[in-house]
Amino acid sequence: MKTKAMTEQLELFGCIQCGKCTGGCPVARKTVLNIRSMIYNMLVEPELDVKAHEELWDCTCCFTCVERCPKDVRPADLIIELRGQLVESGRIPETIGAALMGTFRQGNPSGMAREDRAAWVNGTEVKAAQEGCELLYYVGCTPAYDLRVHTVTRALARAFTAAGLDFGTLGTEESCCGNEIKRMGEAGLFEMLVEENSELFRSVGASRLVTTSPHCFNTIKNEYGLDGIEVLHYTQLVAALIEQGQLELSNEVNKKITYHDPCFLGKQNHVFDEPRAIIQAIPGVELVEMDRNRERSLCCEGGGGRMWAEGTNLEERLAFQRVHEAAETGAEILAVACPFCLLTLEDAVKVQGLDEQIQVMDIMELVNLSLGEE
Amino acid sequence: MERHKPAALIIGAGIAGIQAALDIADAGYPVYLVEREPSVGGRMSQLDKTFPTLDCSSCILTPKMVDVGRHPNIELMTYCEAVSVEKEGDTFRVQVRKKPRYVDVDKCTGCGECAAACRMKGRVISDFDEGIAKRSAIYVPFPQAVPLKFTIDPNSCLMLTRGKCGKGPLCQEACTADAIDFEQQEKFVDLDVAAIIVATGYDLIDPRTKPEFAYGIYPEVMTGIEFERLSSASGPTMGDITIDGKKPKDVVFIKCVGSRDSHTGVPYCSRFCCMYTAKHAHLVRDKVPDANITVFYMDVRAFGKGYEEFYDRVKQEQVMYRRGEPSEIYRRNGRVVVLAEDTLLGQPIEVEADMVVLATAAVPRADAAETAALVGLEMSPDGFFQEAHPKLRPVDTEVDGVFMAGCCQGPKDIPDTVAQAKAAASSALGVLARREKQLEQMDREDGIEDKSND
Repeated sequence: MKTKAMTEQLELFGCIQCGKCTGGCPVARKTVLNIRSMIYNMLVEPELDVKAHEELWDCTCCFTCVERCPKDVRPADLIIELRGQLVESGRIPETIGAALMGTFRQGNPSGMAREDRAAWVNGTEVKAAQEGCELLYYVGCTPAYDLRVHTVTRALARAFTAAGLDFGTLGTEESCCGNEIKRMGEAGLFEMLVEENSELFRSVGASRLVTTSPHCFNTIKNEYGLDGIEVLHYTQLVAALIEQGQLELSNEVNKKITYHDPCFLGKQNHVFDEPRAIIQAIPGVELVEMDRNRERSLCCEGGGGRMWAEGTNLEERLAFQRVHEAAETGAEILAVACPFCLLTLEDAVKVQGLDEQIQVMDIMELVNLSLGEE
Repeated sequence: MERHKPAALIIGAGIAGIQAALDIADAGYPVYLVEREPSVGGRMSQLDKTFPTLDCSSCILTPKMVDVGRHPNIELMTYCEAVSVEKEGDTFRVQVRKKPRYVDVDKCTGCGECAAACRMKGRVISDFDEGIAKRSAIYVPFPQAVPLKFTIDPNSCLMLTRGKCGKGPLCQEACTADAIDFEQQEKFVDLDVAAIIVATGYDLIDPRTKPEFAYGIYPEVMTGIEFERLSSASGPTMGDITIDGKKPKDVVFIKCVGSRDSHTGVPYCSRFCCMYTAKHAHLVRDKVPDANITVFYMDVRAFGKGYEEFYDRVKQEQVMYRRGEPSEIYRRNGRVVVLAEDTLLGQPIEVEADMVVLATAAVPRADAAETAALVGLEMSPDGFFQEAHPKLRPVDTEVDGVFMAGCCQGPKDIPDTVAQAKAAASSALGVLARREKQLEQMDREDGIEDKSND
């Protein structure tokens, strides 16, 4: 691949090679991925053999590099572009190929049947957004299909109903938001999703859109350009509902809880306070912080398409480190606000044998407990 | 003062304002030196040693502070602020607010009995010591203060905040000179001057704007100016470089914290951090000989006279310069760990530390815009005051008769600041001399004889 065009397109000439990107990169510590050095290669070498860089698939798109680059270079964007080159040439991990195909065919990267997308509802009363609603609840693929996450989606629907909100979902018509697709390098498919989804979202006439996942929230809020529709992550909406007295958390949850900031919610969108506000609004809860929190939260390795690509060095997973950090606080519950974090960290708790000590729960599962019996 | 001598106003009595005041006063013109803090001295009075010669900062500054305090042509107006400036013809009519010290300076002997007696003793954060020491509500910022007169801090004095201090203010009981005066009110003084020099200095960026360095969370992480107070022989630890009473074994310096950084809105280089960091490393080597010292850098800018040589010397003192801007600090097994990439190795590294010193960016004063509006200055995009021409009129402003010196124009080290102060004084003297001639001429035309030389 010729480097010149991409170097110009991404304005890599501004890089001063300070190393802040690689220095803070959570995966650079365990694999050969070195984005600073890759930028340098792009600048000084006329050609780059992209396929020789298997480690491109290690990046989780946590965007720590982008957030901290003092010269606005956006190093992770280079990785996404280089993945794009690999996608175009078809030299991609099989699992990534399957995720892209699944999204193309069934509207979700896990390739599950579109007709099953609304199965999570399971008797919960949820209106079809197509009938018109004030709040569009964009469920997202993993929350819609992954059985482990159904407690979260149902808890959200329940909370919205309890708060008296006029909300609806797109049911089986909902498709992948494309956040992960874009980061896997499939820009074409991403654009198609943005176009189709935007049209669908607008047709509903909702003034607000809320997502389960920080990943969907990120792309819909920052990359869709939906003028006139306010895009929220559920933690923002639920925190506001609690503060305005529309949602009453009455049951005590007598637990010591620590909270893990998801990269796509915290680092990338600076939503730090609302998740904590919800946790602290639950009677009986004691919130304790891990040493690395907020902007310094350690990535769980679930983003940037990594739910569908193992990456190199499977042995030292960041999620392992993270659950040990959580356990060290003495917390009984590790609270999360992202379906990927929920899955990766819960798995890590099991693999690390910490399940007697600490339990991973989504904030909505905690809210659900506090709302009491249905 | 002679009738024909036009005066200069200098706003800010750091090293720039002090030097300019002395030069103008020595040339025979009256100077009003206005300083909002209780003492003159500015930033330089906070520093330990100065690069590259390692002169003790207060040893070279204090004589100049004393000189401005007793110069017959200088009227020192400390704890004062210029609040309005109106230009009428060639004259600036300036109003200065004298903040109440609640201490009669004519009576105060500077003995310090009041501070020793104060109920708030050891409970008020000392700004001068950058928060690493505490003082009383009645205080002098540092022992060499000029004037050596006490001031009551209205924000922490029990009498002034609550109207009550036990059965009575202990400072008042302790003061044998009867200098404490809680009834003191602010006063306004009007001055006519022919020239103004703005020398209001700089602030340092709040390192919390770089949350990845966890400043304010880990006591091991401090700023360069805090390190100065720690290392200063007249500072709270008498110059012992210690953290929590213990000498650090591993010390890490991080340069360019907040500077050269689009995120903080500080795109420029702060200019003096490279050299003071080299000096800090030297001071650690001097005082903690077996310490492991690491300096993380993006570039080393040692551009002044004797600077590269000083950098060479510090490196020879086994200070490890590693290229890479650290990305994060976290705590592991009780110690702080600095995460970085050593860009020369091309490898991410982790350096454990007992002390991390952040070389924070110099930024314009928080109220620079108000000062600019007061005097009619322009500001450059970086927020510092704009000189009339970046090369050929470096101390002039767009307002005739107004000049500037020191870091209010942009970050600079002490030699450059002093050079600029002398340039501003020289320019101001030109204005004063011309004005003096005009006045003499007008007097002659009015038939008034000049008797000042009789």
